[in-house]
This record gives sequence, C-alpha cells and structure tokens, in this order.
Amino acid sequence: MHADPIGVLTGAHFIDGDHACSEGAIAAGCRFVAGYPITPSTEVVERIADRFPFVGGVFIQMEDEIASSIAIQGAVWGGKKAMTVTSGPGFSLMMEHIGFAAMTETPCVFVDVQRAGPSTGLPTMPAQGDMMQARWGSHGDYQIIAIAPNSPQECFDLTIHAFNLSERYRVPVMMMMDECVGHMIERVVIPEAEKIEVHNRKVYEGPKENYLAFEAGRDLVPTMVKAGDGYKIHVTGLTHDEKGYPNMSVATQAKLVQRLMDKIRLNADDIIKYEEENVEGADIVVVTFGITSRTAIPAIEQARAKGLKVGHLRLIVCWPFPEKRIRELAGRVKAIVMPELNMGQMVYEVERCAAGKCNVVSVPHAGGTVHQPKDILAAIEKSIRGK
Amino acid sequence: MPEELYEIEANIPANPIEEYLRMDRMPHIWCPGCGIGTTVNCFVRALQTSGLDLDKVAVVSGIGCTGRVAGYMNLDSFHTTHGRAIPFATGLKLANPELKVVVYSGDGDLTAIGGNHFIHAARRNMDITVILINNMIYGMTGGQVAPTTPVGATASTTPHGNFEETFNLPFLAESCGAVYVARWTAHHVRHLTKSIKEALAKKGFSFIEILAPCPTLYSRRNKLGDGLDQMEFYRDHSQIKNGADTKSVAIDFQGDIVVGKFVDKERPTYLEAMNNHYQKKYGDRYVPSEEMRKVFHA
Amino acid sequence: MAEVAEQTKKAAKGSVVISAERCKGCGFCVEFCPPEVLELASEYNSKGYHTPILVKRELCTGCDICGMVCPDFAIYGYIMKKKSKEA
Repeated sequence: MHADPIGVLTGAHFIDGDHACSEGAIAAGCRFVAGYPITPSTEVVERIADRFPFVGGVFIQMEDEIASSIAIQGAVWGGKKAMTVTSGPGFSLMMEHIGFAAMTETPCVFVDVQRAGPSTGLPTMPAQGDMMQARWGSHGDYQIIAIAPNSPQECFDLTIHAFNLSERYRVPVMMMMDECVGHMIERVVIPEAEKIEVHNRKVYEGPKENYLAFEAGRDLVPTMVKAGDGYKIHVTGLTHDEKGYPNMSVATQAKLVQRLMDKIRLNADDIIKYEEENVEGADIVVVTFGITSRTAIPAIEQARAKGLKVGHLRLIVCWPFPEKRIRELAGRVKAIVMPELNMGQMVYEVERCAAGKCNVVSVPHAGGTVHQPKDILAAIEKSIRGK
Repeated sequence: MPEELYEIEANIPANPIEEYLRMDRMPHIWCPGCGIGTTVNCFVRALQTSGLDLDKVAVVSGIGCTGRVAGYMNLDSFHTTHGRAIPFATGLKLANPELKVVVYSGDGDLTAIGGNHFIHAARRNMDITVILINNMIYGMTGGQVAPTTPVGATASTTPHGNFEETFNLPFLAESCGAVYVARWTAHHVRHLTKSIKEALAKKGFSFIEILAPCPTLYSRRNKLGDGLDQMEFYRDHSQIKNGADTKSVAIDFQGDIVVGKFVDKERPTYLEAMNNHYQKKYGDRYVPSEEMRKVFHA
Repeated sequence: MAEVAEQTKKAAKGSVVISAERCKGCGFCVEFCPPEVLELASEYNSKGYHTPILVKRELCTGCDICGMVCPDFAIYGYIMKKKSKEA
C-alpha cells in the first residue's frame, strides 16, 4: 500500500530531525496525535499542529503525558494511526500506557527525543539514557520495538518504518531520537507518495458472531476491528482470553504472555535491522546507534589509519536486539567497543550476548553533549591491549 | 377475579435488558446489595428508548468495582487504566465523532487519580457522557478513603476517621464547564433512567453522579447496615431540588442528599468549536477527516 | 360496548420472572415493590441466598420497579397481554 499523497511533501527540504519526524508520521498515514510540550521534542507536535488541519488529521495538546499516551490508544481503537511525542520525564509518565498498548496489542508510536537525565537533567542537551527504559520501563513481561535514527533523513524514513512495524505486529514502537538528531538541520528528501510503502493493520471483516478479537494465527498477530463496526469487542488491560474477556487463570496468563513475547521474539529476524561496515575480518567492532554512530566515525577512521582492523555495526532497530549477530561476532573478534551517550545501557546487551567470548568495552558519557572522537579512539586502542 | 380477561402467556417475554449485557459473563462480581448493578439497569433502560444505534455506542471504564461495568456491557467496551477512561474516551471520540462515547467509572477513579482529566474534558466540553458511581470509597481494593468519603467516616486508610474535606462533585463539574450536571441515587431508578437518557442526548460534557451503596466496605465499616439499609437511607434522606445551586449540594456524613438535575445549558463542544474555527479561517483549504466530515460537514 | 369500558378501567395485570440462581438476596425488590407482592423465600439457591417469590400475584401490576432496582438482573416485571375480544 502506498502513502496518501495528501500528506506527502515531495521534494528536498532543509529541516531538523523533529520536523522530519512529523513529516514521516504524516506520510505514514498518522492522523491523530496527542502530545504535551517537552523540550527537545516539542517541535514535532508543533509542526503536526500546523499541518494536520490540511491533511485530515486531529491534534490535541492534552493536559499531561499520561493523558496523551492513552488518548492515542482511544484514537487507534477509533480506527486511526496515532502517535505521541515526548522526552525523558514524559516518557517516564507514559510507562503504564506503553504496557497497556503492549497488553491490548494497540498499534501506536511513541517518540522519545532523549535529553540528559535523570529527572529534569539538562532539558536542552542530548543523551541516550532511555534505551533500557524503552525496553523494560513498564511493569511485567512484554515486548516492544525500538528504533534509533541518526539523521533528519532517518527521522523521516524510520518514523514511517515505525508505523509500519507497529501496524504489522500490533505493538507499541518507540522512536528513540535524541536532542542532537532532533535539532540538527540537514537535507531531507521526501519521495513521491507512490514510492512510500505504508503498511496497515489486518482488519477482520468476517461474521460478527463468535468473533475472537484476540485470537492469533501462525504469525501470532490477531486481526483487528474498530469501535463502531458492530463487533461489540471488549478490550481490557486485565489478563484475557481470545475473546478479550478477563480471565484470571494461571494457564491463560501463561498463554497470553507467551504469545505477546513470541510475537516479537519469533519474528525478530524480520524486525531486526542494522548496518555494518568493514566488519568482515575486523579485530574490533564498534557498535553504535543514533547520534553516537556519527561521532564514532572519525574515531574509527583514525584507528584504521593506525593499522587497526576496526569495523562498525550501527543498530537501527535497537529492540529487539540483534543477539545472533553479536554472538557470532563475539566469537570472531578480539573486542567490541560500545560508545553510548549514557553510563552504559545497550552495552549490557552486548556483554550478555558476547558471553565472555571477547572483550566488551563501554565508552560511557553522562550526557549533555556528544563524545569526543579521541575518547572513542582511546577506547578502541585500549580494547585490544594485552590480546 | 378477572383472570379470564388475561391471556395465559405461552411465551413469557425474555428480559429485554439481556441483549445489552454480556450474559455469558453473568453472574457479575459485585457484592450482594451493591448498587452498581442497579445503575446499569437504568443505563440499559435509557439506551433502550434513546434511539441510539447500539453499534455506535462505546463504553469506557477505568479501574475499580464500577470499572467492571465495561466488561458486562454488550457494546464496544474498553476497560482502561486507573483514572484514564476520560482521555481514552477523548481519543476515541476525536477519531470517530459518530460514536456515542460513555465513560462509566467510580468516584476514586474519576476524581482522584483521574481528577485532572475530568476537569479538562469538562473545560473542553468534550462530547462524552460521564456516569460516575459514587459509593464514597475505594471498593475493589478493600475500602480505602476516597475524595468523596465524608468527614467522620472510617475507611481502611483513615482507620481513625476521615478528616479530609470531600469534593462537591456537581459543583466541581459545573465550575469546570460541564453543560449537564445531575445527581441521583441508586434508589431513584426512574429519575435516573430519564436523566441518563437526557445526558446521552445532550451534546457536550454531560455528567451524572449516582450515589450507590457499598455494603461490604463503606456501609459495614461505618455501621450503616447493608445495601438495603443504604437504599432506604437514600429514599428517606434525599431531596429533589432540580436547578439547585451546585455550591449548596455538598454531602455530609449521613446528612441529607440533594438530588436533581442542576445544570442543563448549551455551549459549543470541542469538535464544534474546532470545526467552526478551521472552516471559518481556511474555508475549502481545511481538510477535515472523513469521519469529521460525516458529522460536521454533511 | 359497556363491557369493554369496564375491562379497560381495571389496572393492567403483570407478573415477574425470577432468575433465582443469579440472585444475591439483597432484598431491594421486596422493599421497593409498590404493591408489596414479593417476599424472600425460606428456601435458598445454590449459593445460599434467599431469593424472592411472588406471593400476592393478583396485585402485581408488572411495573418492573423490581427489575429496575435489581443489581443482579435476577428479576423483571412485565405486563401481561389482555385477551383480545375475538378469543
């Protein structure tokens, strides 16, 4: 299916990541946004508020992030594609509703333009400190998808991808931007609508009697209907059976939670996305995501100029994590170096998958600005000392 | 004895409310003497004569005993998170204005954790009907104090007696801009049914507070008897004062209860204001959604 | 003609349907029935609740106040159809 041309501003633009994200959402078919102002994400909803009246969208600034994160789910069950936008403190407020979206399999996109934390932190300055929170922030066991763009162009392209994944797997998808990527202004090329592929949820149109709203086929994703179609569905955050009715048995809990986990885990190969350069034959692989993938490049080039065999693996989808690839690389390389604009988060996933087969070096940063390439270079050189 | 004037019914009519309920989930979980079921009866009877297309009626509940209402209605129903039924309902309504969206939840859910959403939806005049069951306690979790528990009453988290003032809910709703505000008790079944019917037909934020017994927790802890005793109390201590000044209708512990329709006025709903605004400012350039077009620009 | 007028002057007669297994013995229907035609039985249902029974059937008007007030959807009243003249 292709994008609706009404929302697509085909052409070359010179805009920042936040604005590119707005355009990506509109191109993807998002027509409901509920948000609350928070630096450095506010520009996303400002542009949405500006554009929506001309593309059939509805934007409402709700009274807080908690309201925003559930209003979008009401809109999804009313038949729309919906998104909310925030930064760290608002992301924390939204956690309960991310869990609700996962439990009720409500497709929606949460954009987190990360800033330095914890707490109020440095509101106008970048960090990548919400990565673990994106995966584990809500209570209980569930799976989400998280994507990290590294340029305004990717903010456009990957927001569309986020919506497509969300609709395909009926799961909340986190767009993990950061203040740097969100506020940098670069060339963003928006293609013609016919060249933009857009994926919609599987809609059930069969008989109303005995419709099981939460029964899934082999892909583990149930079909979906919307309020007003006469199916008289019941949607609850309580543990529920295939009909959607609350069911307190341990067996139902096991079945439901297992399916919600498997829905992403068993489809992970189709969801995982990363980019590699010079990884074949490398002794050291630098694993990055988001803005750090760009600041690592000078360090990697300098290391290679010094004769070190350094490769670069950039995570595009951070969750689900590319466990197989990291396990494989750990068996072949001497070290994996992971710079992050946080005190070490995704590096623990690398460590877990490497399982001691190679050296894993974190290059932490409390946030506020990007890494100095010389610090990443020093970590690369140190990583193989003694090996 | 005029028996011979009446036909012996070969087929006794089925209870007409059953098609509005998920009978496959009966009996429900509410206690003996709980008033929630009574209010659901009135809600169903109001729906019966409302002329509404049942496919287009959606019920949204929060968490709590009253929150379970969504699960028992044979309509599109959403059992959301604690306190957040109203913003969910907002999203649902804005996505498809054709839907008749009813929020059916409890006093703690809607005015404690949900208080912020309550006041903003009223301010915006969101076109939803909010039915609030006030049993003056947090029932589901075992009887904790609520913003509606009267001063002097006991609850599990105010075991020495509550000394916090309560909300006067009709006053709160009116002051935030609700266009329809009424209060009834579970005893006033006929008035309540009529009031719900009016609220459903009303455009804008319509609010009905319904006092209902919680025999297991509120009544028992405060030695007020059982559900029937509470219903009799409502019968004997309510005064119907339609049009009363909402400032004057606060409820004291075991004091008289003022019931009635207090506010019934008109002002543009959120969506009316939005559509008129864009239409006026941009004319043909304004592109409403398909669903919006059906309702506002037909 | 006079006979019809006489019949229509009398109050409509009604009856109730009680789903005893659903009843929780709260007593609302008994208390709030205007002609007071219900009583709680000395028998009880499988859950141990004393359910209502219609004791003064000739006084039941089918007003359905019992149905409106029942929290458990366990009782409802209905108005019985009058026999048509042709019967």
